[in-house]
Amino acid sequence: MGLRRLFRRAAWDEERARELEAHVAHEIEDQLARGRSQDEAVRAAHRKLGNPTLIREEIYRMNSIGWLESLRLDVTYAWRVLRKTPTFTIVAVASLALGIGANTAIFALINAIQWRTLPVPHPEQLVEYKIDTHGKGRTGAFTGIRNTMSYPLYERLASTDGLGRVFAWGGGTFDLADGGESEPAQGLWVSGNLFDVTGVQPAAGRLIVPADDVAGCGTPAAVLSHAFWQRRFGANPSVVGSTLRLNGETFNVVGVAEPSFFGFEVGRDFDVAMPICSEPKLRASSLIPRGDGWWLSVMARVDGAGSGAVAAAEAKAQAISPALFETTVPPTYRTGDAESYRAFTLTTTRVGTGVSSLRSTYGQPLYLLLAIAGAVLVIACGNLANLMLARASARQAEMAVRLAIGASRRRLVRQLMAESVLIALAGAAAGMLVAGGLSRMLVGYLDTNTSRPIVVDLGIDWMVLAFTAGVGLAACVLFGLAPAFRATRTSPAQVMRAEGRGMTDSRERFNLRRVLVVGQLAVSLVLVTGALLFGGTLYNLSRVDVGFDPTDVIQMDVDFRHADVPPAQRVAMQQNLVDRVRRVPGVTTADFALIVPLTGSGWNQGVVIDGKELRPFTDVTRVGPKYFETMRMPILAGRTFDDRDTLTGPPAAVVTEGFGRDYLDGASPLGRQFHFSLGPNETPKTFTVVGVVGDIKYRGLEGRTDPVVFLAQAQEDDASADATIVLRATRPVTQELTAVVRDLHPRNLVSFSHVDDVISSSLVRERLMATLSAFFGGIAALLAAIGLYGVTSYLTERRRGEIGIRLALGAEQGRVLRMFLGESAWLIGAGLLLGLGLAYFAARSASTLLFGLTATSPAPFAIAIGTLALVALAAAFVPAWRASRIAPTQALRG
Amino acid sequence: MPKRNTPPIQEEMLQGTLDVLILRTLAGGAAHGHTIASIIERQSDDILSVQHGSLYPALHRLEDRGWIASFWGTSENNRRARFYKLTAAGRRQLTAQTNRWDVLVQAVNRILKPAGEGS
Repeated sequence: MGLRRLFRRAAWDEERARELEAHVAHEIEDQLARGRSQDEAVRAAHRKLGNPTLIREEIYRMNSIGWLESLRLDVTYAWRVLRKTPTFTIVAVASLALGIGANTAIFALINAIQWRTLPVPHPEQLVEYKIDTHGKGRTGAFTGIRNTMSYPLYERLASTDGLGRVFAWGGGTFDLADGGESEPAQGLWVSGNLFDVTGVQPAAGRLIVPADDVAGCGTPAAVLSHAFWQRRFGANPSVVGSTLRLNGETFNVVGVAEPSFFGFEVGRDFDVAMPICSEPKLRASSLIPRGDGWWLSVMARVDGAGSGAVAAAEAKAQAISPALFETTVPPTYRTGDAESYRAFTLTTTRVGTGVSSLRSTYGQPLYLLLAIAGAVLVIACGNLANLMLARASARQAEMAVRLAIGASRRRLVRQLMAESVLIALAGAAAGMLVAGGLSRMLVGYLDTNTSRPIVVDLGIDWMVLAFTAGVGLAACVLFGLAPAFRATRTSPAQVMRAEGRGMTDSRERFNLRRVLVVGQLAVSLVLVTGALLFGGTLYNLSRVDVGFDPTDVIQMDVDFRHADVPPAQRVAMQQNLVDRVRRVPGVTTADFALIVPLTGSGWNQGVVIDGKELRPFTDVTRVGPKYFETMRMPILAGRTFDDRDTLTGPPAAVVTEGFGRDYLDGASPLGRQFHFSLGPNETPKTFTVVGVVGDIKYRGLEGRTDPVVFLAQAQEDDASADATIVLRATRPVTQELTAVVRDLHPRNLVSFSHVDDVISSSLVRERLMATLSAFFGGIAALLAAIGLYGVTSYLTERRRGEIGIRLALGAEQGRVLRMFLGESAWLIGAGLLLGLGLAYFAARSASTLLFGLTATSPAPFAIAIGTLALVALAAAFVPAWRASRIAPTQALRG
Repeated sequence: MPKRNTPPIQEEMLQGTLDVLILRTLAGGAAHGHTIASIIERQSDDILSVQHGSLYPALHRLEDRGWIASFWGTSENNRRARFYKLTAAGRRQLTAQTNRWDVLVQAVNRILKPAGEGS
């Protein structure tokens, strides 16, 4: 049978009908010829032919493909049913779209951050060599985005056989501007062989080759990232061959990397790649010769297939570890540090999926959010299942009749499932659209650090597609399958007998609805509790007393490297700058701060008091006299820095309260002396504590408040060619300040940030969790309330007759109301009790994300239970109250 | 719906019988459905009383296999009727089926009426 027949079935059928008519006519004539009467002839002719409709159906079926045909029928039927109830359909599809969309969005982000492999050939062959410090920690200069290795260690690894083809990279932020407000660009230092080994292709020009990466470097080569090339140069091919300034140094642009290559750190992008040999040009003091300069990541491609090659490289790395670290101890290390260094071992990690700092920060929160979004979807499916059940029971009579006249139950289930499948398909498709927007929103939410934007490839790949399809299918089964089976598991006789006036419904169906509502309430309690825990965490963190007032404090970073100020004059230059800043109208107070607390930078040293070296290291910063006034920190004893604290005067220090509490057994630190632990060749400089200020948070809002030591900016004997100033102003002043900086030297650079913005951006993870969990928790509570409302309505509706009888026999309305509320209360109680247990376990598993609250803090649980109980009771009250107001006559008449 | 690939043996036998009867009938010339039914009934002395209804699916099936072709024409009673005629493939099929039928009948006869027993 050809497909042509399949599509021409209707015409065929028409023809058959005519043919059969002709047959009957002939037969009638035959019968008449045999002497039958007209009536008899007609009856006999029809009897002889049989049922013409059946014949036509048989032929029609011969022209069809069976399963396709019934599928088409199911789908058209389902479509008709769904179109007849547009409200139901829209609500169902929209709630699924939101649920599936939220899940897909979070999944897409997890997929992009965790699982997507690097866009290079054979990413599975890539490994990273890192140092296992055995918990001892390293000392030295740390810089860049992945500071796991020093250059001397890289050189040793690169010349060792058996480790694969070793390459290295490091990163940093550089300035494209040549004066004025700075324009940051992400730089990627690459070893000369990196592009060749990884297999990255150029999109234009050429990539960096080993000949570019030689000592001295000349005018270094630079390769642009494809995105940067498009963004900044409009993809102009003539950029290749031109020059580019980074931190004022000239680079030759030799090519553009292929679009897919973003470096090795997932979630980040680079703008310009340049050979490692150019590092001394870009950094004031080069880290290349330093064995304690940690700024590189060392990777390798182990050729050959499978885990065997990796295992071989791993064994080799282990074997060379002792000798490697024995012979590369940095000469500046003191005995203790050197000892730890010798005990280091080299570890091997597969990095086919790249490396990412986002993973440790957002890995757990994202999985948790996925679980939360999944729970919301489950609750939404519960409501849909309830709706489907209600529809099914409305069509119970229809189902009973169809079963009675011989429809197979499988066929009916299939037909009901067709509706669910259609809804799920539409929901999943709409969900994909929603997900695109949502995941971009999520990334935008995480992306608060403007100088290092988060770049995540959120493209739809088969993982995401499979996930969405899977979620849609699961949802469909969740809300469709049980109702479909329930609806068709009816004894026709029973239903047809009970048609119209049922006193009660079959117990079973009630139980399914009850289980659904109990489950919904339980899951909502988990989500609402979670929302309260995360909201409380954010609240606690934002209420943490940081010890200073960051509101309206502007941090101003000035780089005057290109003004070529000799080191001896830098302090004067800095002082001149700060004086001019203070004179800008609107600036009320301003002064130096080497490190502004809670902005991510840090400097710590071992403090030695009375010959005793204190561990852990103490946080240190260097500030000007008016710093404490600018940051609104209280001076508790002694004085702040002043004119006495000069380069030639006795070294002074201001310490926080905690210094006395933690280091001096509570004694006053005023007048006490200390020095910092030193390298082998340094002479100690003894500091005298001249003032005590209030405690501050230095590194993070969480954790304990440790002592902090402030040194005088004026006593800096090795001033660098930059300065950080904190200031308060009564009006916007950045333009005037930029003018001041450029006035000092046209190639000076300046950038501004608001300290409280920086601090609050450090709470982005907590804010993300609080916002999203509150959003999902609210939706969950609402959905559960709707579910309970629906079930109570249904319950009262089915028992109208009973209510009528009760009322007619003299029951009070209040009693009827209590009866239904009592039933709902049972459901609510069961749901919340179950939820309480689940919430406790959920909270325990999320305890590392909490601050100031734990899985046993009673308040969030109590509030969640109280709120949900109230909401649920209110939802049940409405239909129960309505039922109790029924006029008995009306109820009984039906 | 009947699956053509793995039909029950019995159904196939009956079906095959009706098919070969139709082909045989049409060997005498084109005819429409009613004529075919009447001829089969009359020539078998009404032993093979064809349920007229089952004729049409069979005709459809045969046409589908290309053994017969159909056209609209005018019947002896001056009515529009759909006529069927044997195609070349149908003619070959008739020969083959008749031979097979003979073999089958002989085989069945050998079992039902063994030599020597007489009849």
